[in-house]
Amino acid sequence: MSSAIKTVGLGHVLMAVLKREISLGMRQKGEVLTPLVFFVVIASLFPLGVGPESALLLRMAPGVLWVSALLAAMLSLQRMFASDYADGSLEQMALSSTPLALLVLAKALAHFLLAGLPLVLMAPVLGLQFGLDTRALGILMLSLLLGTPTLSLIGSIGAALTLGVRGAGVLLSLLILPLYIPVLIFGAGAVEADAAGLGIGGHLSLMSALLVLSLFFSPLATAAALRISLE
Amino acid sequence: MKTRVIHWFKFSSPQNFYFLAGKMWPWFAALATVLVLVGLWISFFVAPVDAQQGQGYRIIFVHVPASQMSMFIYLVMAGWAGFGLAFNTRLSGMMASALAPTGALFAFLSLVTGALWGKPMWGAWWVWDARLTSELILLFLYLGFLALQASIDDPRRADKACAILALVGAVNVPIIYFSVKWWNTLHQGASVSLKGSSMASTMLTGMLIMVFAFWMYTIAIALVRVRTIILDRERHTEWVKHAVA
Repeated sequence: MSSAIKTVGLGHVLMAVLKREISLGMRQKGEVLTPLVFFVVIASLFPLGVGPESALLLRMAPGVLWVSALLAAMLSLQRMFASDYADGSLEQMALSSTPLALLVLAKALAHFLLAGLPLVLMAPVLGLQFGLDTRALGILMLSLLLGTPTLSLIGSIGAALTLGVRGAGVLLSLLILPLYIPVLIFGAGAVEADAAGLGIGGHLSLMSALLVLSLFFSPLATAAALRISLE
Repeated sequence: MKTRVIHWFKFSSPQNFYFLAGKMWPWFAALATVLVLVGLWISFFVAPVDAQQGQGYRIIFVHVPASQMSMFIYLVMAGWAGFGLAFNTRLSGMMASALAPTGALFAFLSLVTGALWGKPMWGAWWVWDARLTSELILLFLYLGFLALQASIDDPRRADKACAILALVGAVNVPIIYFSVKWWNTLHQGASVSLKGSSMASTMLTGMLIMVFAFWMYTIAIALVRVRTIILDRERHTEWVKHAVA
């Protein structure tokens, strides 16, 4: 017996959602560029706040750049589901035969590509301003590359929970920032550990562990949260 | 002889639980009062002065139970939350939201008493050590829970959303516990362990009594709070009008 309906592979769906999200994002360049500019501005505020002493700035650089990246990545989280929620396509996604968690995963990946990856690419420029050397810049990029997908994934839970809630923006940061702390600790810690002459294997392994854990669990939590928001 | 069967699920209905909690909470409150009095008496007058830390160590009789409770309440809260999501019971969400303010209070208390202890012992109100920091993160998690609860008007939706948040946050609680092993820091290791304790036995007794006192207080206050939550949410029903009248 041949099935009348052609089943679409999950990989196809994943790619289709990813493509859709990216083309939607690229059409509104402001939404991609604003967090990036925010990242640059925040990171530039720190030297103005603490003074131009280069030894101090070098010491602070990994932490400052990581915190700025964290805030910049959070800035665009709210939009992850908001427009789909407003025009009803989110409900269609929830009703489709494809698991909602998979669609959510694609959306989180798209968020990483549009919001996280530009931060990774921008970070070395800012790192130079803080006087980091080439090796430290490389490790900073590597740690951001491992960390920002985790930020997008964990952030998607918060975005789903605060969907259609009043004061969603501030609330989102209160919910999500505490959960970002382990990523921040190991991310900035990797750069600092290398500067101190210690190995970075442990930090990167822990960051990868966080990434794998959030890759598995956060789409499930986000999908559950979305279903509650859509009730 | 007829065996008496208790229908436990009867109490998952808010109406029945309201009356059960009304009967239970005075007992827990009385126990808490007695235990606090005994515990404080032991901690102030019976327990010996510490050889290294002098009188200042006595704050641990509040600090240790408070930080234990703050972590434990989060797990219980997450447990209720998970139960509520799985079985779709209304009471579970109410229990979780009844526990949250007490958990936040204990987390705050633990930070304050820790600071008061840290000043004479470490010479600083605050150090960025793993356990202090993770307790602070725990307080943030509680505040996030309370804030999310407050910003969703529909109580059923608020309960479910908070349940997910509590479960996600509960992943953080083991990290708090194991942080002592993960990061080598200033904070002294745990003094109480299964192998044996490095404390004098009266100190241990005093602390255990205080731990039980805090338990009883938590149960009593959670029951009182859940009663008010039940009344608030069921205010349109007939039985509430009778109960309040």
